[in-house]
Order: sequence, then structure tokens, then C-alpha cells
Amino acid sequence: MGAPTAIDHTKMTANRVSYTLDSTLDSVNKVEHTAEELAAKIGFSEDERHRIAMAVREAAVNAVLHGNAYDPNKKMMVSFENTGQSLVIKVRDQGKGLDPSTVPDPLSPENLLKQSGRGIFLINSFMDEVQIRTLDPGTEITLVKHVGAPASGGRGGGS
Amino acid sequence: MTMKSSSRQIDGVTVLDLSGRITLGEGSVILRDTIRDLIGRGQKRILLNLGDVSYIDSSGIGELVSAFTTVRNQGGELKLLNLTKKVHDLLQITKLYTVFDIKDDEATAIKSFAK
Repeated sequence: MGAPTAIDHTKMTANRVSYTLDSTLDSVNKVEHTAEELAAKIGFSEDERHRIAMAVREAAVNAVLHGNAYDPNKKMMVSFENTGQSLVIKVRDQGKGLDPSTVPDPLSPENLLKQSGRGIFLINSFMDEVQIRTLDPGTEITLVKHVGAPASGGRGGGS
Repeated sequence: MTMKSSSRQIDGVTVLDLSGRITLGEGSVILRDTIRDLIGRGQKRILLNLGDVSYIDSSGIGELVSAFTTVRNQGGELKLLNLTKKVHDLLQITKLYTVFDIKDDEATAIKSFAK
């Protein structure tokens, strides 16, 4: 399951696994890989696995880059839970917090050619449910993909 | 996992054959540096062959957009060739499909550049 040096703490129960990870790109790659593996185990289609893994990657990038700003003293906490009906992924950082209402719409003409700002949009497009919670300090994003739900990807999502 | 890039010259057009992943970190940096290098050498007609690119994240999309605007601001043209279904879908949902000039045949793509 990836480089053990990056993991401070791993907890695992039958249906839930959680990691506390350093704020590095290796951690981002690790949680993306874990998401892909779990989604495959649960039986999601290849397309859905790709979307789930990409949404988790984007959430992890937000946590490590925008939240924790690669600070070695700040950690990213990620949990994966298979509830039977859904795959639920929570990604938490220790950064300054994110107000989702301040994220510009990447589809509006004035933002279309901007280099950044598409992460949250892609997460919304690829998952069935997304919740963003401001903590003190930090941000927690919860991503839910229902098992057996119709393929997503065309919902547009917004910001 | 990482991205590889190699270039060919055909009729004054630089074809960049990319493979692997264009993601935050190495992949995005390689693309950025390669485009800067080409522009620095006056090569402003660029065809990005994405046929072997398996994965692009939001950072990679941003890098493609940045490459497109950088080349255009220098009076050049940057076009995309051979999108995989995943990359095609990604550009469609981000509404960038109509921003980029996207080709699926190399010879036609080469001919489409302004002389």
C-alpha cells in the first residue's frame, strides 16, 4: 500500500480504512491509487473507477497544495468506507479553510482560459454527492459514489 | 507513471509526442518546459499528440490551457491530436473542447497550420 514512511497512522476495520499522510505529491498518488483499487474491489466500472480516482486525486491535491501548502507539519487525513450502498471518501487537511462559495465557475467565459480552478468542478462532476465542511482549522471534503447508480459525469456540477 | 515527451519536425510544424500522465508535478512541468523551450527557439507551430496520454488531471488541463495561450500570445498556433476517450470527455465537461483546435489525423493536422 505505497511508501510506509509517508504513513504515520493507518487504521483499518472491515469496511473502513483511514490514513494520516504527509503533505506531499506521493501522498496524493497513494490515495488516488487506493481509491482506484477500492473502487475496483467494490465492482465499479472502469469509467467509474477512473472518475472516482480522479475526484479523490483532486480532493487530495486541494488538501496538500491549497490547504496544507506542502507544510511538513500539517497532515492530510483520508478515509475510505464501503457502506454497502456507497463508497464514502473523506479528505481532511489542516490548512486555512476553503469557502466553496468563493471558488469561481471554471465554465464561465472569463474563466475558461484560466490555468487553475477546475478541481472542485471536476469533483462535483464525477461524484454523486459532495460536501465541503470548514473545520477549525482546515477543510473536510466528503465524496460519495453510490453503488449501482447511473453513470455520472454529465451533471456539470457548478463551482 | 511519469510523462515522456519527444518531438518531430514535419513541414515546419513541431509534433510533440506525449505519453503517460500529465498531472501535478513532473508531467505538468515537463510540458511547460518543453513549450517554453520550443517558443524560445522560434518554433511556434506546435501539434501536441496526446494519443498515448493515459491521464490528465486539473493541473494538466491547466498546463494545456497555459501552453495554448502562451503559444497564441507569441503569434503561433497550438493544436491537439489523437485524444483518448478519457481526455476527450475531460475537455468536453470543462468546455475546453471548443477552445482547442482538435484533430484526429496527423497529416490533415499538419496541413491545417498557417504557412
